[in-house]
Amino acid sequence: MKLTGAQVLFEALQKENVDTIFGFPGGAVLDIFDELYRRKIRNILVRHEQGAIHAADGYARVSGKVGVCLVTSGPGATNTVTGIANAFMDSIPVVVLTGQVATSLIGGDAFQEVDITGITRPCTKHNFLVRRIDDLGRIVREAFHIARSGRPGPVLIDIPKDITKSLIEDNDISWTLSLPNNNKKVSIEDACAKALDMIRQAERPLVISGGGVLLGRAWDELRTFVKLLNVPITSTLMGLGAFPASDPHWLGMPGMHGTYYANMAISNCDLLIALGVRFDDRVTSKLDAFAPHAKVLHVDIDPASIDKFVKTNLSIASDCKPVLQLLNKWISDKSFTMPEKQTKAWLEQIQKWKEFAPLTYCQSDKIKPQYVVETLYRLTEGKAIISTEVGQNQMWAAQFYHFDYPNSFITSGGLGTMGYGFPAAIGAQVARPDKVVVDIAGDGSIQMNIQELATAVNYDLPVKIVILNNGFLGMVRQWQELFYGKRYSHSNINNVPDFVKLAEAYGAVGLRATRPEEVEATLRKGLDVAKTVIMDFHVEPEEGVYPMVSPGAAISDMVLRK
Amino acid sequence: MEVKENTISILVNNRPDVLARIAGTFSGRGFNIESISANITRNPEITRIVITTLGNRETVIKLEKQLTKIIDVLEVKDLTRANAACREMVLVRMKLTDANQVKIMQTVDTLKGKIVNMDVDTCILEVTGGKKDIDDALAFLDKMGMDDFTRTGVVAVERQK
Ligand SMILES: Cc1ncc(C[n+]2csc(CCOP(=O)(O)OP(=O)(O)O)c2C)c(N)n1
Ligand SMILES: [Mg+2]
Repeated sequence: MKLTGAQVLFEALQKENVDTIFGFPGGAVLDIFDELYRRKIRNILVRHEQGAIHAADGYARVSGKVGVCLVTSGPGATNTVTGIANAFMDSIPVVVLTGQVATSLIGGDAFQEVDITGITRPCTKHNFLVRRIDDLGRIVREAFHIARSGRPGPVLIDIPKDITKSLIEDNDISWTLSLPNNNKKVSIEDACAKALDMIRQAERPLVISGGGVLLGRAWDELRTFVKLLNVPITSTLMGLGAFPASDPHWLGMPGMHGTYYANMAISNCDLLIALGVRFDDRVTSKLDAFAPHAKVLHVDIDPASIDKFVKTNLSIASDCKPVLQLLNKWISDKSFTMPEKQTKAWLEQIQKWKEFAPLTYCQSDKIKPQYVVETLYRLTEGKAIISTEVGQNQMWAAQFYHFDYPNSFITSGGLGTMGYGFPAAIGAQVARPDKVVVDIAGDGSIQMNIQELATAVNYDLPVKIVILNNGFLGMVRQWQELFYGKRYSHSNINNVPDFVKLAEAYGAVGLRATRPEEVEATLRKGLDVAKTVIMDFHVEPEEGVYPMVSPGAAISDMVLRK
Repeated sequence: MEVKENTISILVNNRPDVLARIAGTFSGRGFNIESISANITRNPEITRIVITTLGNRETVIKLEKQLTKIIDVLEVKDLTRANAACREMVLVRMKLTDANQVKIMQTVDTLKGKIVNMDVDTCILEVTGGKKDIDDALAFLDKMGMDDFTRTGVVAVERQK
């Protein structure tokens, strides 16, 4: 039997168990969309290709599966670039299918031609231009394999239009991967034995866990590890939820807007056990003042993350899961004890730091954004999936929604992409129809992909958007307040538009609260309707995110409040 | 740490975009390419690329790790410390005059070079050698009426497997 390229593509997607994609059509992918018309696979039709890629990314984060998006050539492809870079920075497995002009036209500046493999080379884990229909099946399988194996990441496949139309005998399709095997098996036993020795000698141990623990699905092992050792733990923005925020061992997030006690713990520990982190500069700030007294034990699947900035004393280039499993086994086999006496003073010291500067804010007669997040946490019992935009809203969400569950926080960590949160929430809701999904948004960021309201309404996705509306590009304003003499250059966005009317125009529900007393009722109402809802909270315009480490300062050098 | 020239050998799948990926890794991650040479190996589907780059030991290790992440890269080896034979080649076009002709012939002999082309008023010399040999040869020939030259990147092979 003969198959078209478009058919081969869907056969390949089926082999990867893809049941949902996020796409937007155009000339170069007409044959693919025509085939889609006949298939069971579900396409969520977005309103902008950036929405498609972020939705696929959000879908991947909560489902643990590879997210897929399908767009046309030229502008369709370039519209995905921000989202690809976003997924690349956060190591999220997505496969991006882009249409391309016919093979015979490539290189000739054809209509809607763009060299998308060239453009995305530095921000994909790998990309392919399909040159022959014979390669298509194999390439799709390789793309999925690359996207999810090792350190995950985005993979793009550029498919010329003629290939989607041309025919191949089904027996001639090769599905076999032919990838070089670069993942040398590392033996972790010796390193783990050394790690145990380091742990045994520590008087002031601290765990720092990151996104790698979530990507490697090692949260149970992490929880066991921390409890067995009775050590304090801090988790980076990307790692929130891997360890329950309500557990007394947890110190909150480290770094620029981390907690005082997490940063003090890092600055004073004598052993830093770093699991699935890459030491972003928003975490470390001034490098030579980061964990200055600590031996560093670093476990990360990507060897290139090790010794990149923070020098390690012992490193294990491995997935966190097997390492933690082995350590836990040895520890619980009682071949190991860490004398309680040894760490007693340290745990007491941490308790004092916690009491000295807890995360807090002051109520006033205006709505405090932190109060909105806290109330949302209470009403959803901490069980919602929270996405965020970028800016103050993102930091308040990370600080005041206490994440107890893995894969319940989706945020643009590495790239800091305004406009990420809402489409990502759509992807999350598609993956988890049973969950309450809330985008904690800023009034600036939400306008960057607001068109996706149409998508949410069309597919009856009851995503909730909580806008912390401060009338400002708030994070920019905060820096201008602190470091640029309060010259608010182009950061005032003047409370435009009217988000309630905007929601209604799209067929969503719009609610507004302007006073603290209205916050709870508004949230209850918004959470109760099974519809797409915008809740517009007019918050204190000049509230700041604290504590804060000034750029370039040591993380122990924190401004605690305004 | 000491900054010096490092010779790195990279085995890659012979695909159209692989050189772009490698060049992009250098430029995007702030490394520099001093010289480059590439050609197929015994297995024509595999290409060996030899790149020289300036940096200290730490940068070279970081670079190796980043290069290894490229899917089509099969092996990265730092030949600087691997006791490898490293050679370059240069083709030099000389202006010929009655005055310099004899001297040029003598120089070709001392450099163990070759004359690969001879015209009435120009000739082309071929010289191979280590980096320093080539530097010296060029400095010398420059004084004798050198018109232009093209120099290859380093090719290198380990002395022992
Ligand atoms: C696409 C993009 N453009 C610009 C920025 C720079 N930036 C970071 S935070 C911020 C302000 C965001 O404003 P808003 O969404 O209202 O959030 P707030 O800080 O007020 O909560 C800006 C402009 C960015 N992160 N992303
Ligand atoms: Mg704002």
